[in-house]
Amino acid sequence: MEVTVTVNGTQVAADVADRTLLVHFLREQANLTATKVGCDTSSCGACTVLLDGQSVKSCTVLAAQADGRSVTTVEGLATGPDEFHAVQRAFQAEHGLQCGFCTPGMVMAAVSLLKENAAPTEDEVRSALEGNLCRCTGYHNIVRAVLAAAGERVAQ
Amino acid sequence: MIPASFTYKRARSVDEALELMAEGGDEAKYLAGGQSLLPLMKLRLAVPETLIDVGRLGELSYIRDEGGHISVGALTSHHHLASSELLMRDVPLMAHAAGQVGDPQIRHSGTIGGSLAHADPAADLPAVVLALDATLVAQGPTGTREIAARDFFVDLFETALRPGELLTEIRVPKPDQVGWSFQKFTKRAIDWAIVGVAMQGGNVALVNMAQTPVRAGGVEHALSSGSDPAAAASHAAEATNPADDLNATSGYRKHLARVLVRRAIDEARSRS
Repeated sequence: MEVTVTVNGTQVAADVADRTLLVHFLREQANLTATKVGCDTSSCGACTVLLDGQSVKSCTVLAAQADGRSVTTVEGLATGPDEFHAVQRAFQAEHGLQCGFCTPGMVMAAVSLLKENAAPTEDEVRSALEGNLCRCTGYHNIVRAVLAAAGERVAQ
Repeated sequence: MIPASFTYKRARSVDEALELMAEGGDEAKYLAGGQSLLPLMKLRLAVPETLIDVGRLGELSYIRDEGGHISVGALTSHHHLASSELLMRDVPLMAHAAGQVGDPQIRHSGTIGGSLAHADPAADLPAVVLALDATLVAQGPTGTREIAARDFFVDLFETALRPGELLTEIRVPKPDQVGWSFQKFTKRAIDWAIVGVAMQGGNVALVNMAQTPVRAGGVEHALSSGSDPAAAASHAAEATNPADDLNATSGYRKHLARVLVRRAIDEARSRS
């Protein structure tokens, strides 16, 4: 079927099999490979993207379900080569990553959280990231990064 | 993993969904948020020939105050339930439990109707509607009918919905007895409940203690007869048939049920 998705502000249209998952559409049709296939069972969150502004696990969404809608991947957050999103800057400053595989999903889950709750407590950050696994177990710095990003938003 | 091949069709209205289902027959399934169905399809545990996507039917996404009860559209997401001020005020059990389903990503996509129609005994919301004595509304080729939550869950992944019917609304009576509790025991945050308890007033429903969510009749009877919480909770595993699986033995689940019901009774009383 013909699927058209606005990915990071650009329309991407492709004729794909009905069973195509959104994560594969993003990686193979939109050629945006930051979004990872991790567990492929909607547990790990490495495939997290925003669908119409809300975080979803793109391994458990059909490309067809996103037809006509907007998707934001981590590639779509920065506004310029050195103009990173507040959450990206915070992950960098707080060293919120080790191997980096979970990072795109963590960042997108954090962006979604901060849209819903601009000033979360540490407990709220931990709860909001329950769908994202870090096999390096770098959670402390990830949580610090999200709290730092929230502080920055509040300060702005 | 990708699912086995199927034909995707998107319904633009409830009527069109019913028509598409009539055409699709036994091998067609409705797709709501897909958070239960798509994982099963990826594992080939479900292999529908046709998926009828009802996920865009915004007319079935609402939470309305109807006076004596609250009407919830079947396609209301868990996220909307959990953040509904109306539910938090009048049926906090439902808002709180919806906020415990899966994780934020799953709650953004998953819907109450999808969860109920899927009828996984380990799911949270089936036990919640059972404890609340909700009424489920189904629309089918021959019209609309109401099904009591008590009659809805028939067997493992099996409901009282007839072929072709679409669950459209959940009507939740505003509880007379305000004390409530939701207990969910998991090994990790996003896991399915090993055992769960939904309690509203004197109604107690159990998650994952049988092939369907079940009411703990022994506990309810003991409570209405004036038993103290410990004595009432000791009846929690009566007439249950929990599974033995990787997460827990049947015996451990029965023990958990008694412990969690005790906690639920204490918490519900503290809120009444």
